[in-house]
Order: sequence, then structure tokens, then C-alpha cells
Amino acid sequence: MKITLRFDRATIGYGDKPILREISLEVIPGEVLGVVGPNGVGKSTLVKGASGILSPLGGKIYVDGKEISALSPPERARLVAVVPQATKLPEAFTARDVVLMGRTPYLGWLDREGESDHRIAIKAMERTNTTHFADRKIGELSGGDQQRLLIARALAQTPSVLLLDEPTAHLDLRHQDEILNFIHSLAKEEGLTVLITLHDLNLVARFADRVALLSNGRVQKLGNPEQVLTPEDLTPVYGMEIHVTSHPIHGTPLILS
Amino acid sequence: MSKLASSSEEEGIRLAEPRKRRFVFTPWVWAIGALLFMLVLSAAIGPVAIPPFTVIKILIHRLPFVTFPVDWPTTFDTILHQIRLPQTVMIALTGMALAGSGAAYQGLFRNPLADPYIIGVASGAGLGAVLAMAAKWPTTFMGMTVIPIAAFIGALITVAVVYSLARVGRTTPITTLILAGVAVSAFTSSLTSLLMLLSTEQLHRALSWLLGGFALGGWNPVLAALPYLVVGLGILFVLGRPLNVLQFGDEQALQLGLHVEKYKIVVVAVSSLVAATAVSFTGIIGFVGLIVPHLARLLWGPDYRRLIPLATITGGSVLLASDIIARTVLAPRELPVGIVTAVIGAPFFLWLLRRAKQERFW
Repeated sequence: MKITLRFDRATIGYGDKPILREISLEVIPGEVLGVVGPNGVGKSTLVKGASGILSPLGGKIYVDGKEISALSPPERARLVAVVPQATKLPEAFTARDVVLMGRTPYLGWLDREGESDHRIAIKAMERTNTTHFADRKIGELSGGDQQRLLIARALAQTPSVLLLDEPTAHLDLRHQDEILNFIHSLAKEEGLTVLITLHDLNLVARFADRVALLSNGRVQKLGNPEQVLTPEDLTPVYGMEIHVTSHPIHGTPLILS
Repeated sequence: MSKLASSSEEEGIRLAEPRKRRFVFTPWVWAIGALLFMLVLSAAIGPVAIPPFTVIKILIHRLPFVTFPVDWPTTFDTILHQIRLPQTVMIALTGMALAGSGAAYQGLFRNPLADPYIIGVASGAGLGAVLAMAAKWPTTFMGMTVIPIAAFIGALITVAVVYSLARVGRTTPITTLILAGVAVSAFTSSLTSLLMLLSTEQLHRALSWLLGGFALGGWNPVLAALPYLVVGLGILFVLGRPLNVLQFGDEQALQLGLHVEKYKIVVVAVSSLVAATAVSFTGIIGFVGLIVPHLARLLWGPDYRRLIPLATITGGSVLLASDIIARTVLAPRELPVGIVTAVIGAPFFLWLLRRAKQERFW
């Protein structure tokens, strides 16, 4: 199977201070890799490395076989799209404008968005069910709608890898469920490679195919949710007693403190 | 299919066709119409009043292949072409340059308080100009007036210093750029004040330059400024789309595939060039570069692809209106136009702030 996202003994950090040390991970198309770990362990740093914001201090990060830090910003953005947390967005742009910005990596200095760019943006909005507020200002939208819009923007980049950094942090239960369900179906239906960082271990348990547990700047354990989300693994990493039972409906691990 | 992916039928149909990009005329008609109106009015008003219609007739008469009988005194011709028009055009160009560069700076800094002077253009130009006056340099050098050249060089050196101070590794964070701008501006301004104290006989001249409205007569300044302004504003006009993307912050803009640092340096260099050109010829005119972009944003929305050209055009009208007030309020005495823009601009800015709380226009 083709590997679209590969961390090869990558050391990532700020300046010369490594946060993550010699990380090795591989994600394939159609797969959702959930990344978990306590605050400050480097989940966002991992996303910054994979999106080329931070160049690895050591090792390599590959997307579609290309070394990501060797590419130019537009070349990177055609391969990797990032869905950030919907916080502090410029309020006055319309939803449609925001999604069209996903076409940035395909446009040069003097280019304007063409027919095909509009078509791709509209398709991305239809995919994310955001068309009905296309002409509203983003400041007027709810947190859930804004988050869906950022996913639409990422899809408009037509990437092969989708990175999501805590996409459900400010959402209520229903919207969390909706967003993650959608992400999961995107991976399966369109063969997207998805890496998602999440605080909520129960969401990871339900929506990730595999889980990477980070601790002390390293991948502590990697495997399917049942293998990784165990009291034996979680308790030392989070420094507290953690219990795991089974979800009464989904059968996935249910994590309790 | 997940629940999220199913969109309603009706919306799907309505949006299946990409939106036709209609060129919306109205804002442009208003902005350009206002500018033309102010140009004629400004040329008409003065110690010798020329009726506005006569101004239009004289201008049209100058066009090739247009002939109609001359029914105005020939002195009108002379006054208009040699005195009024060059000054009017210079004022309009200055207003356009300040508003255009102000809009670009506000976009780059994502900060509603940014103006063309935020990273040192004004203080640098001030130091250059006052230095030239204090040192009693010859007023012309190789046929060029020295003060604008000194101001221009002062402005560009200051911006270059600010930009290099603000660099952290391979990036230039917006916050450090603003902070470096404030610090360097304070430093340069104090040097300017010191120079002014030391050369009291030049004090009045220096002060009137610093207050704005230091008008040089004739067409030469216009012709000297025009190439910089045409090229500079032309570049700013096509930077609207990247500036829109930058509104999401450096990190998201980079992840959206924008050459963030490259665009940053282009916007800083070009805006500074444009602002420095304006300041060099007319002195430090405040508030136009701060207020007009806000006015344009309030009237016509936040899209920088339209905002920068519309703010530019409107800047011309606003400064012409201020200049007319400056010339007429205490006539025959002329006030520095910088005082008028501040007196009108400050209350307007406060009104705008109240308004901004109610509407999402930033």
C-alpha cells in the first residue's frame, strides 16, 4: 500500500529546541490516524511539521514521496491541507470567499479565481453542507459552521493529506460527532490520508483507525484504539489513574478518569 | 454518505452554477465621480475664483480636436495651468498615496490602527527634511529640490532599519515589526526635535513641513512623484488577493500556500515607497492614511482586491476636500492641511470606532 504521509525519525521543534524526537509514523490513504497525549507533548508541533511550517531539525517528513520541507509553500499546500481551530477568524469575509482561499496554492501573482476554482469551491461546500450560508459573513456563523467551512476550505485545496489540529475543541457534543463522522467518511470515500490531533480520548476511540500516543516527545505506543487506549498505557502518560471500559453502543474503548 | 455531506437540493441547484463574476460598477462610479468633482472644485477655489464650469471648459479646450470659442480671460488659463492644477494634482496624488499605502499596511498588519507611518516613513522623512534644512543645504541639487530627496532617503533608510531590526531568523513577525517601528520612530523623532532646537532660524519652515502641506509649486514635483506612485500603487492593486489570505494569520496563510515572507517584504517595500514619495513632497499629513481605508471598508467591504483601489481613489477626494478647507477657513491665510485632516479625522475616527462595534466590517 502506498504511504502518503511518512515521518522518518523526524525531530521537530522551535529554534533548536526539539519538542518531538525521532518520530516515525506512516499513514496510508483512507486511514485516520488519531494523535493523543497530554498538553504540551507536541501534538500541534506534529501538525506544523507535516504542513511544513516547521522544518524538521533532524530526519525527514515525506508527503506523497516528496520531502515536505524542500517544497515551496504552494507546492506543499497542494499536497497537504490543514484544518485549524476555528478561533479568531477575520469576521467580515463571506463563507464563499473563505472557501475560495483554498485555491491559493493554484494561483500565481496576477491570477484571479477562474471557473474551475469556483466549481471546486462549490463542490467542497456541498460536501460539507455549507452552501446555504455561502454569502453570509463568517463572524455571524456558529463555531460548528465555521469549523465546517474551514474543512471546506481545506478540501478546496484538493490535497492528498488532511491534517486537523483539535478540530472539535470548541464544539458541543452533537457538532463534535458530526465533524468527526464526516472526516471519517471523507477518508474512506475519497481516499484522503487523515491525521487528527484530539484531546478527547473517547472521540479518538470512536473515529480513529489507529492511534499514536505521544509522551515525552516520542511515540509511546502506536496501534488500533483497543491496543493503545488501555489503562496500562494511559495511566503513566497522563500521570493519573485511568479506567477503560467498553462503549455500550459502539463497542469502542470508553475512557474514564 | 455522512449526514454532514448531504446538502439540501435547492441550495445545490442554486449554487451548481459558479457565480458569474459581475463587475460591480456602483462603488467605482461614486469614488471616481467624487474625485473628479473635488479636482474641479479645488482648481476653481482660490484668491482668484474661477467658476467650476469654466474650469471644465478650459480643461476640455486643451484636448486635441476639440474647438469652441474661448469666453474666459486668458489669465484664467495661466492661473489654472501653472498654479492651481499642479497643486491640485499633487494634493490628490498625495491623498491617494497615503490612503492606498495605509490600506495595504492595515491589511499586512491586520491592525485597524496601522497607517502609512507605522513603521517609520514619516519620522524618517521628517529627520531627512529637517536635517537638510538645519544643515542649510543648497535648495537645489542638479536641478532637483533637495528637501524632498532628503526626506525620501530618510524615510527609506528608516523603514529598512525597522525591517532588519524586526527580523527573527528567516521570518519577520508582525508584532516585532510594529514594535520596531514604534521604537525607531520615537528615536528618529527625538533627533528631529533636537535638530529643530539647535537651528531656531529654520524652526518655522521645519514645523510647517512637519505639519503637512509644504507645497512646492509647478509641475516638476508632480512629474517627479508620478512614476513612483503609478508603479507603487499599481503593484498594491494586484496584491489584494494575497492580503485577503493574510487576514487569517501568517501560519494559515503559509498552510494555504502563500509565500508569506515574500509578500510581506513586497508590501512593506512598495507601501513605504508610495508613502515616502507622498511625504517627501508635501510633508507629514496625518490621519488620511488611517481614516480613508476605514471609510472605504465601511462603505464597500473588507475585500482588499477592491478596498485598496477604492481607498486610493477616495484618499484623493478626502485630501482635496481638506485642502480646500485649509485654504479657505482663514483666507487669505493658508493652514497646513495636516491640521485640518487631524481636526476632522480624529472625531471621525471615534465615530467609526463606535460604528465598528455594531458591525462586522473589519
